[in-house]
Formats: sequence, C-alpha cells, structure tokens
Amino acid sequence: MRVSNLPSQTGLVVGGLDRQNLRRKPQRLTRNLYLRTLMGLSTKHLLGIKDLNKDDISLILQTAEQFKEVLQRPIKKVPSLRDVTIVNLFFENSTRTRISFELAEKRLSADTINFTSSGSSVSKGETLLDTVNNILSMKVDMVVMRHGASGAPHFLAKHIPAAIINAGDGINEHPTQALLDAFSIREKTGSLEGKKIAVIGDIMHSRVAQSNIYLLNKMGAEVTVCGPPTLIPKYISEALGVRVNYNLKKTLEWCDVANVLRIQLERQNQVLFSSLREYNLVYGIKRQMLDELKKDIVIMHPGPINRGVEIDSDVADSGRSIILQQVENGVAVRMAVLYLLSSRPASN
Amino acid sequence: MKSILTEPQLAITIKRLAHQVLENHINLDNTVLIGIQPRGVYLSDQIVEEIKKQVPQNKIQYGKLDITFYRDDIRKELHVANQTNILFSIEGKNVILIDDVLYTGRTIRAALDALMDMGRAEKVELCVLIDRRFSRQLPIQPDYVGKSIDSIISQKVKVYWKEKDGREEVVMVE
Repeated sequence: MRVSNLPSQTGLVVGGLDRQNLRRKPQRLTRNLYLRTLMGLSTKHLLGIKDLNKDDISLILQTAEQFKEVLQRPIKKVPSLRDVTIVNLFFENSTRTRISFELAEKRLSADTINFTSSGSSVSKGETLLDTVNNILSMKVDMVVMRHGASGAPHFLAKHIPAAIINAGDGINEHPTQALLDAFSIREKTGSLEGKKIAVIGDIMHSRVAQSNIYLLNKMGAEVTVCGPPTLIPKYISEALGVRVNYNLKKTLEWCDVANVLRIQLERQNQVLFSSLREYNLVYGIKRQMLDELKKDIVIMHPGPINRGVEIDSDVADSGRSIILQQVENGVAVRMAVLYLLSSRPASN
Repeated sequence: MKSILTEPQLAITIKRLAHQVLENHINLDNTVLIGIQPRGVYLSDQIVEEIKKQVPQNKIQYGKLDITFYRDDIRKELHVANQTNILFSIEGKNVILIDDVLYTGRTIRAALDALMDMGRAEKVELCVLIDRRFSRQLPIQPDYVGKSIDSIISQKVKVYWKEKDGREEVVMVE
C-alpha cells in the first residue's frame, strides 16, 4: 500500500524497506533463523563448503545432533528417506567415507546402489556423464560421488537433475569431512566461535584442509596451517585468510585443536620432502611434545592414519585424540546432509 | 478470532487432565509420560508439574519425543528437527502421549511409529488439550480430552503458551 502511495519512488521505498529489514536482523535472529530453516539449505547440491553460508552450516550441525540421538536408540533407523534412491559413485578408493555414507543412507531407510569404478564400464572407456546418465535413467534421486578430478561433481551438477553430494573431489573439497570435524569440535569444546584450530601436514594436496578452512572461517574460528613449506601453497594466507606457521611446536602451543592430516603420497608426483622419517622427526605429532604443553589440546585426524609418519601411535590412541568419535559423528552428519537435501520440495 | 479457552479455564482443564491421568495410573511406577515436540511439551510440562504436586513421593518418568523424521510429508516442505529426550526404556511400560491439538491424526501416527522404534510399550494412551472432532484422516482417538470442538478445515486452532507466546489461551482463527 505504501508503494502505491508513492508511485514515483517505488524503487526507493522497496530499497528502504530492505535496508530496514537488514538493520532489524540482529534483534529478530530467532525468527529469522526460523524462517531460514523453513526454507532449508540455500543450495540444491553439496558440492563444497565454499557454497554454503553460516546458516546452512548451523542447520546441518543442529540436525546432525538430532540424528546422533537417533543413533543411540535400540532401533537406529528412521523412515524419512523411504522413497529416495541414492547411488554411491566411488571413482577413488575409500573406506570410512563410503561405509559412513552407506550406513547413513540405510539408517534413513533410503535404497542404495554402490558403484566402484574398478570392474565397471569406466574401464571400457565410458565417460563420466554417460555413466551417471545411465544410472539416473534407472530413477535415482541423489548421487554421492568421490572422484579423483577436482570439479567433477560441479560438472555433473550442471548436467543432471539429481541432487549431488561431493564425497571428495581431487584436491578441491571434502565437505562432509569438514562438517563432521566441525561437529566433533563443537561437541568436544562447546562451540566453534573464537576457537583456535591448527591444520597440520600436507595442506597442498588436502581437500580436507581446504573444506575445513572454509568452514572454520565462516563459523568464526581462527585457523593456522602448519607444515613443511613445500606442502603449503604459497599464497594461502592471502587467498583463504589463514595464518601460516612452519614451526610445529609453536603451532601446538597456540592452538586448542590440532587437526592432523595424512601425507598424501598418492597425489605427490615429485619429491616434496626428503623422507618419511625426516617428516616424522620434524612434523610428526609425538606424545612428549604434547606432554610438555601447558594445556590439553584435542587431536583430530580424518584418516586413514599413517602411523609413525604424521602422528605417532601413542598419540592417536590416547585420550586426547577424538579420531574414533569423528568417525562416529560422520554417520550423523551425513544423515543430516542427506535429509536436508532430500527435503527440498520437488521442482517438477 | 474466537476464544475457546481463556487463561483461567485452561489452567483448570490442564489440572483436570492431570487428575484423570493420575486416576487411571495411581501407581506411576510402570507409567511414562511423553510430550510431543515442539508444542505438545508445553502442555506435558504443566501436566507433569501438576502430577508432581499431587504425588510428590512418586518418581515420574517424563520424556520428550520429536517426530520430524517419521512424518509422512517430509518431501513437501522442510521440517526442522527438535530434540528427543527420553532417558528411560519404554519396554513394557504404559505410555501416555501428550499433544496440544489432535486434528488429522497424522502426528500421532508418526509418534506411534517413533515409539515402536524405542521398544514395545505395554499400552499407549493419548492425552490432548483440544480434540478437533470429525476431521480425522486416520483411525485415532484420544483417551483424555481437554475440550472437543467442531471445526472446518479452513479454521485454525491456535494454542498460546506463556513460555513461548507470552500469554496462555486457546483460540480459533477463521
């Protein structure tokens, strides 16, 4: 009505209202969050943390908490995704992620198909798009994909109608790992805001590092990356807004949580450090080093562990480590992602 | 907007519901009360409070159940999950489900499914504040009713709670 009173200034009035709403936001946070959650995630696919906003991440973590409760029940299963069929496309090896996704799908009562590239027609020369389109023609609603090429899920998202969840693409992103890491940190320490997180090891080749950095930045945590200079991208502090520290001891003294990454030998096609033994001596997490700290820090690792390289066995198996809790939380977080992406009203 | 229960009436009705529950379950050892999230728990909180007043020596087992993941309209719109908090086994227990408004019966259907996943209850009863009669889409009937009303689909029944909405009243919106 106000707009019709001021026909000549329609644009201004609308703009003014918008700004007013923006200003009112902080006071009406609960109502806004409520409205947001009614709309669900801002994205149709989960391709990377880069595309999510803070509300999306909060919604996923909050929903995961409820699924974690479901997983403690005598019958650890809900009928939510009874009518959904999900294909797990794994073009790269995986133990945890594949089992975790499959379990999450089964706990949600979805029908699942598993696909691994070995023993498939990929070896006969079928393209990625053809493979996926053939699978989709059998009425599949969602695709969970791991692929060795960065950007493969983004390519698929442009060409197929099904919802796509990235389970790791090359050296780009591994969003569900970052979400479950965040969930585990939140569970252990209470919140993410203002926490000091160190990401240690092979930053260059790690999709886990990249997704973690995006997520922790968005949620207001401070991030330092630590590792040998050859394994840290040169302009990372400018590009991703993180601190860089090449000294492991100082990094551990600074942080509340240390996320130790695996040395990805399979992605290194040149020699970036002299030997695994040397790496362990300079950048391996050892118990003595942690005992000398004046505080307790939480040790995380996305797995699989190279014991005695980036982390020593007595640290990985100690009370400081939440490595197995991370795996446990992985199922709840993946259930939340699948649930939230499937709940979007059908577009057709 | 028509008022169905005013604040004093609502308080009396809730007291009566608590007494009726107690009448049938005077020994609360084998009985558990479960409020349905999100809006049933305001009612169940008050019923549990009243029962505590009546039998302070008895231990009351009280939990909250969220039925989001069991809904049959999940794909139509997004429903945000609330907390389920049931810290006891319901195996062999008499369960009293508590919700604010009984309308189509679909929420209770979902709640029964959720309950079955937590164990085999001996018996399940349903306690509601408002029963919208003749609008059921499933064969479900309540055991304890605050007030029965006749309404048509276009009408909406709203229950306001002090903790959530700042006032306590039941109204019908045309």
